[in-house]
Amino acid sequence: MSARGALVGAGPGRTRRAAWSPSERQRRALRRFRQSPLSMVGLAIIAVLVLVAVVGPFLVPYPDDAAGAVNIREKLDPPSAAHVFGTDQVGRDVFTRVVVGARTSLLAGLTVIALALSVGTLLGAVAGFFGGKVDDAIMRVTDIFLTIPDLILAMAFAAALGPGLFNVMVAVSLVWWPGYCRLARANVIALREAQFAEAARAIGASRRRLLFGHVLPNAFPTILVKASMDVGFAVLTTAALGFIGLGTQPPTPDWGVMIADGRKYLREAWWYSTFPGLAILLAVLAFNLLGDGLRDVLDPRARKGA
Amino acid sequence: MNVAAYALRRLLLIVPTLLGVTLLTFALSRLVPGDPARLAAGAQATPEMYEQIRREFGLDQPLPAQYWGYLTGLFQGDWGRSILSRRSVVEDLQTYWPATLELVLVAMAIATLVGVPLGVVSAVRADRPVDQASRLVSLVGVSVPAFWLAVLLQLFFGLRLGWLPVSGRLGSAFAAPPHLTGLYLVDSAAAGQWATFGDAARQLVLPALTLSFPALATIARFTRASLLETLGQDYVRTARAKGVAERRVVLRHALRNALIPTITMIGLSFGWSMGGSVLVETVFDWPGIGLYATKSALTLDFSPIMGIALLYGLVFSLINIGVDLTYGLLDPRIARGAA
Repeated sequence: MSARGALVGAGPGRTRRAAWSPSERQRRALRRFRQSPLSMVGLAIIAVLVLVAVVGPFLVPYPDDAAGAVNIREKLDPPSAAHVFGTDQVGRDVFTRVVVGARTSLLAGLTVIALALSVGTLLGAVAGFFGGKVDDAIMRVTDIFLTIPDLILAMAFAAALGPGLFNVMVAVSLVWWPGYCRLARANVIALREAQFAEAARAIGASRRRLLFGHVLPNAFPTILVKASMDVGFAVLTTAALGFIGLGTQPPTPDWGVMIADGRKYLREAWWYSTFPGLAILLAVLAFNLLGDGLRDVLDPRARKGA
Repeated sequence: MNVAAYALRRLLLIVPTLLGVTLLTFALSRLVPGDPARLAAGAQATPEMYEQIRREFGLDQPLPAQYWGYLTGLFQGDWGRSILSRRSVVEDLQTYWPATLELVLVAMAIATLVGVPLGVVSAVRADRPVDQASRLVSLVGVSVPAFWLAVLLQLFFGLRLGWLPVSGRLGSAFAAPPHLTGLYLVDSAAAGQWATFGDAARQLVLPALTLSFPALATIARFTRASLLETLGQDYVRTARAKGVAERRVVLRHALRNALIPTITMIGLSFGWSMGGSVLVETVFDWPGIGLYATKSALTLDFSPIMGIALLYGLVFSLINIGVDLTYGLLDPRIARGAA
């Protein structure tokens, strides 16, 4: 993303990566990443979000408000010293709920990507490596999934599975694995004939060892770049399902659900929808920045897209 | 292979994919934990009424028979019935599709007309403040939750300033124009109802802007990257060397080639916007397919969802083929490569 990072990388980074020892390569990569200010901003925001998600719930000013507390006398209070983000329709502290919601959202984002990535990469690697009928079958299935718009398919899965955070995570993973499948397949096809694969084959490595020990590890950087960006979009999608009413159920704080609830009080309480939305924006933005930075480092060939 | 044969082959390949879509959505519809017949019958239904509804929707048949019934029905124009609206899904889709199409078309027009020039300016002034600003806009554009942006726009332009309407396709003072295409802008213009046209346009502003934002951001990013790459090509250097004015170099020599990948992106964004319209339509109470999808999903009414998935699958596949064909037309090398 950052032009400066791109320029720095454009010199030696373009030459054959295999020429360096790993430690040298890692040092260069790290330097390139550090010199891209936007990626560092992304990383910093993610670090703060993770911190908030882990320890935030223990430090919030009104822990009871994360559950079903009701303080009707304080309902829809505007932001003040006592409630920096204001209060909701039953007088709960919006700040507390946004902080606790970070845990739900990050957990959902990371789980979705972990699930989609493992299933998709495995299937894609198998398809690309073995080719033939296996490949055809797996690719036709991804075609089907990729033909239906993400959100519609996620809604269908979420509706069929029933409400709840876990089901939403499963629903979104089911929609997203084909993306990883396609990417892993393309990478494996490109790499299975590479020289290092040829060499491994020549010394008698088994097919399993060739795929999982040699080809797949080399395909991984590109997949990781996609994953780092997708965590943000997974946060966005799970929040969207919550917003529609197919996600997390009350009283668990969820950013999407809060925006939906706040919408009903838009005229009198602007803060109610605004702050959870800002939190989502910040999270998605941060993972986007991180992904851009990682792409510059791990996948120099794709850098022109920044 | 000539273009017609290629197009035909691609069109035929849609069939197995869409069959897969029907199988997937059918399987999903039978996974639903709740009992759709119970839902339709309501809490006070007698056992007889419940049984009748089960028969009416074919829910008393074994699963393969149900699927076969669904499949043969599809070809006869029977896409099932909505349990809640009690209307046929085809009828519902016909009613709601023009609203979504109009919204997506206007949003894509905005995204293209703003996104491409933004990308061009960004590439030409790479790393200058204009570029930094436009990249920030792009970054925020792809990161912002559309449903939240929609709510903020409603709050600001609708409720606070009172400039623009915040829900529906037409104000209450207006009747729908005579049906021609179902697109209110086109129909009202064709009928010469300019007041209706103006109102329909005003109603469209906020939803279309919201929907256009992520597409705009993607198109701008893509145009920038593509043009930057093209500007580094030899033929561009040649054009400059022989003294062609910079403006002409960018607009005539480089941009034409740079736009080829951008067109793919515009096509893909069209498909994504159909999906994104679900959220925008829900917030703006826009009576399109997206709102229909939300209502159906929330009530576990699966026939409409199956219909929507099939319709969108078809539209999406056709867009993809269209994009690939345009690609060939614009870049003769690709068409020849396929020969």
